[in-house]
Amino acid sequence: MKIVVCVKQVPDSAAKVVVENGQVTWGDAPLVINPWDEFAVEAALLQQEAHGGEVIALSMGGESAREALKHALAMGCSQAILVSDPAMAGSDSQAVARVLAAAIQKIGDVDLAFFGKQAIDGDMGVTAAQTARALGWPMLSQVSVIQALDPASKTIRVARSMEEGRQVVEARFPAVVSVGKDIAEPRYPSFMGIRKASRAVIPTWSLADLGMTVPTSVVKWPEITNPPAREVVTEIISGDSPQEIAEKLADKILAEKVL
Amino acid sequence: MDFALTEEHRMVQQMVREFAQKEVAPIIKEYDRKQEMAGFILPRLGELGILGICLPVRYGGQGMDYIALGLACEELEAVDSTLRVVMSVHVGLNSLGLFQWATEEQKQRLLVPQARGERIGCFGLTEPGAGSDVASIASSARRNGDVYILNGEKMWISLATKAHHALVVARTNPEAADPHDGLSAFLVELDSPGISRGDIHGKLGVRAGSTGWIAFQDVRVPVENRIGEEGEGFKIAMSCLDNGRYTVAAGATGLIRACLEASVRYANQREAFGRQIGKFQLIQQKIARMVQFYDAARLLYLRAGWMKNMGLRNTRETSLAKWFATDASFEAAAEAIQVHGAYGYSDEYDVERYLRNAKGAVIYEGTSEIHQLMQAGYALGYRDDPPLRCELPAYDPKFWQE
Repeated sequence: MKIVVCVKQVPDSAAKVVVENGQVTWGDAPLVINPWDEFAVEAALLQQEAHGGEVIALSMGGESAREALKHALAMGCSQAILVSDPAMAGSDSQAVARVLAAAIQKIGDVDLAFFGKQAIDGDMGVTAAQTARALGWPMLSQVSVIQALDPASKTIRVARSMEEGRQVVEARFPAVVSVGKDIAEPRYPSFMGIRKASRAVIPTWSLADLGMTVPTSVVKWPEITNPPAREVVTEIISGDSPQEIAEKLADKILAEKVL
Repeated sequence: MDFALTEEHRMVQQMVREFAQKEVAPIIKEYDRKQEMAGFILPRLGELGILGICLPVRYGGQGMDYIALGLACEELEAVDSTLRVVMSVHVGLNSLGLFQWATEEQKQRLLVPQARGERIGCFGLTEPGAGSDVASIASSARRNGDVYILNGEKMWISLATKAHHALVVARTNPEAADPHDGLSAFLVELDSPGISRGDIHGKLGVRAGSTGWIAFQDVRVPVENRIGEEGEGFKIAMSCLDNGRYTVAAGATGLIRACLEASVRYANQREAFGRQIGKFQLIQQKIARMVQFYDAARLLYLRAGWMKNMGLRNTRETSLAKWFATDASFEAAAEAIQVHGAYGYSDEYDVERYLRNAKGAVIYEGTSEIHQLMQAGYALGYRDDPPLRCELPAYDPKFWQE
């Protein structure tokens, strides 16, 4: 089995992301592997452990994306590839998906490509589906359980989590799978993995290496703004008994027309 | 000169931090209140390889260096001192002692399961009547053919009731002209007949940890479990302390960081007289002192770790790092409570636990007073460190990782 897992480097979820002069900035907050992608790496590693083969971590981004790849290597991925090209700066998800698809094709003989269900920076949640579209592969999105996987017959059966319930879906390889947090708790990097990752030489592929030119972006961001600041007034309601406090609170809620 | 951590070090730091923050931080208050050690801590530390972090792979360890050990201790104690205490006794005082002094056969038999976290080690030096005055140890080990008969009691032993092995120092020669020369070290399996042990409750701090006593009554310890030669017990114990104190110094640095982070968070949140309390100079002074403590403590322990990596004797530097960091952590915790005002006095916030936990380290593994005597002794030329028969091996990535 050859599995690719796509990972992205994003600002830490604790970072304060704001817009300054029309540009998004997170100050000097650290960058981390997209938390959803950690679930994807875990899912990929579990399949590799169960069925053999290798897991290749793939990322598209600047130099800092190496950190996300190293994290994936430290968790246990066998190798990592960075796709980086200054010409991709400002690309939309569809352009990124085309590049990822080209990289997956260049890796060759890939059975499954795992993604986290979304990245916590852009929160678009469409790159996995767009990559599947570019590859012409089945898309299994929002997967919470991999129920069965048979490398011999090249089939995979998964449960998808939806608001309305669960849906069981089957597909043949090669396929793209995007996962949520129910799939499995991501493991910590192991010390052996950390040593391997810190010594790993990660190859960088440019668009030319993939035999392509910059894909046209179809989405633009003419305006990015901070959410309007909300005035919050805090009031502590006190009283001699829980009942008195509850009554005062209920009166207040009704008076303010909250309900 | 290079002050930067390697990528490997940063990843170790991140990994240990994530574990401690994610798995221990949410439950620690509850166990601290119950005065109980959470059952998952030791198996989990073992499973993650943290219990063998700086030991060579050939001895069941993870092959990282001594700086990685320090960084792990800093991260663990930034969440709770009891986590770091595990590292101090299992790794610093016991496993590194075996690594330094045990024979190859003993390392394979006794160290490998400890480094893998399959067997937990503790350290039995202190007695009800012997703390700083190590030479007054009363426990005895009398040779009888192929065994030593061990009698006595060890007190204030971290992990006393959790450990499988104890590295025990006992008197083998009551006639020795210098009482220090009459001591020997033994690796005692704690399921041996004649051993009883228990936990001590009602401690000021490290309440989510296990601290106890171990009593030995005619316990038969095989000769092959004697570590080093007869009469080398004091030297072995002091080597173990060089390693244990290093973990305490690194951990106390983490505790200072926790105090600093909690205080900064609170100072940016809490308002008084119409503005954030961080805007007041007297609060700023407290924050500044914590920053000073943290940076100095960190540099001191990292220097000691670097010296260990290089194979340089570091008794003086480790003692200095331990003395400074533990005293500073107690002060930082007291200041952190002051920043938090009345809230800091309750266990709604973590800082009162930091203060209670900080006090222990000012006493154990050499009181601050002992460290001051040591430092003055070095400065005045009263004290030096002659070479040992077995030195702690310098870190060699090839040897460690093969």
